[in-house]
Amino acid sequence: MTILVIAEHDNAALNAATLNVVAAAKQIGGDIEVLVAGEACGAVADAAAKIEGVSKVVVADNAAYKYQIAESMGDLVAELGAGYSHILAAATTTGKDFMPRTAALLDVNMISDIVAVESADTFVRPIYAGNAIATVQSSDSVKVITVRGTGFDPVAAEGGSAAVEATAIVKESAISAFISEELAKSDRPDLAAAEIVISGGRGMGNGENFEILYKVADKIGAAVGASRAAVDAGFVPNDMQVGQTGKIVAPSLYIAVGISGAIQHLAGMKESKVIVAINKDEEAPIFQVADYGLVADLFDAVPELEKLL
Amino acid sequence: MKVLVAVKRVIDYNVKVRVKPDNSDVDLNNVKMAMNPFCEIAVEEAVRLKEKGVATEIVVVSIGPKVAQEQIRTSLALGADRGILIETDEKLESLTVAKLLKAVVEKEQPQLVVLGKQSIDSDNNQTGQMLGALTGLPQGTFASEVVVDGDKVNVTREVDAGLRTVGLSLPAIVTTDLRLNEPRYASLPNIMKAKRKPLEVVSPADLGVEIKSTQTVVKVTPPAERSAGIKVADVAELVEKLKNEAKVL
Repeated sequence: MTILVIAEHDNAALNAATLNVVAAAKQIGGDIEVLVAGEACGAVADAAAKIEGVSKVVVADNAAYKYQIAESMGDLVAELGAGYSHILAAATTTGKDFMPRTAALLDVNMISDIVAVESADTFVRPIYAGNAIATVQSSDSVKVITVRGTGFDPVAAEGGSAAVEATAIVKESAISAFISEELAKSDRPDLAAAEIVISGGRGMGNGENFEILYKVADKIGAAVGASRAAVDAGFVPNDMQVGQTGKIVAPSLYIAVGISGAIQHLAGMKESKVIVAINKDEEAPIFQVADYGLVADLFDAVPELEKLL
Repeated sequence: MKVLVAVKRVIDYNVKVRVKPDNSDVDLNNVKMAMNPFCEIAVEEAVRLKEKGVATEIVVVSIGPKVAQEQIRTSLALGADRGILIETDEKLESLTVAKLLKAVVEKEQPQLVVLGKQSIDSDNNQTGQMLGALTGLPQGTFASEVVVDGDKVNVTREVDAGLRTVGLSLPAIVTTDLRLNEPRYASLPNIMKAKRKPLEVVSPADLGVEIKSTQTVVKVTPPAERSAGIKVADVAELVEKLKNEAKVL
């Protein structure tokens, strides 16, 4: 069995989510190879070669892969991946975009968002926004899988010394093209990788009020998230959304501020180690999952929290 | 141009899901069903394109049991022109769904196919992309804005790092994200009118698609319950607990 892991990156650096995917591959068992598809992505390939447990890195370095658009990636991974037993990618918006194309081209089904490996053909994944957990067995010749990072502890980024080889496969897309990008710029840690996350909900009232969360976050090195209600109300941009259809996080500490706790939000954070809820409504459902609940006006409690930290 | 919208009948998103005692599946007996929320957004987007004069005809397709006609009728009441139900009582995997939709795309030749990015039951997020690969069409997934411009469509996508816009040549596939639009409610006169709109029923065999299953659900279990912890009196106690009891600060 040889497993192909598709590296998540931005051409300059390897995204840490890849380490969780390699961890899932390790649990499946067999040789692990990593595909780095991008343009001028040599540094990423070097980083991938150092990942613990990786035996080979395949690099597809071509302008066609600069933005990893789904049409090119789907074709590339289907052609390159056909001989592997498993193809794994992170369940990020990039992985979710091209992996189903790859599966369909290989005429196999796909298993999305696995959180545990039972055996080489049986996997565990949440369904119904995490309100049920399904164990699924696949009889497909190639198992095409996306991996939810929070289900697997990352392997070490250093320690390996895999061979790096190039592939000449070029899959240009004549029917789609990258046009533009608006990326959130932040000096704070990435939501998906942060040890501490502090999130605001509708109770924040407006976008300016998120400033009090940023202050706390900067003091303790936390990432800042939001509920869908806060994003829909226009307080903060969509990339901050934690929940069923946003980001799934599982930090050591999750602080929910002014968040009622809809099941769609809980689906994105209930695997956190310790959950704190600050809400003035003591009936809010968020308190049912919180380890520590504080019934208080967030506009008093959050500034006080900042002072005491 | 013609727009094809795929809609799915799923458990109503307000219903609390329960797992069957024998752990074979979730219990859907006597549970309220509705159109998948992302599919409602897909229908709404197609209707808006028609209102702008971009779309000329909206065809809605659903795959499922006879009662899935309800969701097609809802789409017709919201502004779609005609419906197709691919009737089957079997539980289908995404690849089969994509193959059935491919057959409809070949027959109807739409310029734009709009689907929800995922259904809130299986949470797979696969069908639109698989349909793209099978038909050889480009895709704009997780769309928060769709702008048709001549023989092209620009789709702004919600990605982990922010927003990304891709340009696709038509025909193309779009899957909807939550912020693309806010779906309207059907008015009573439109609900009445929808009853007279055409709704064709076909079988998977009519479309030449064999239903094949490659995945077995071994078991379905409830998630590990998180129990409520304690209430603290004030911020000072909270910080003290986080430092000394939970040791996360």
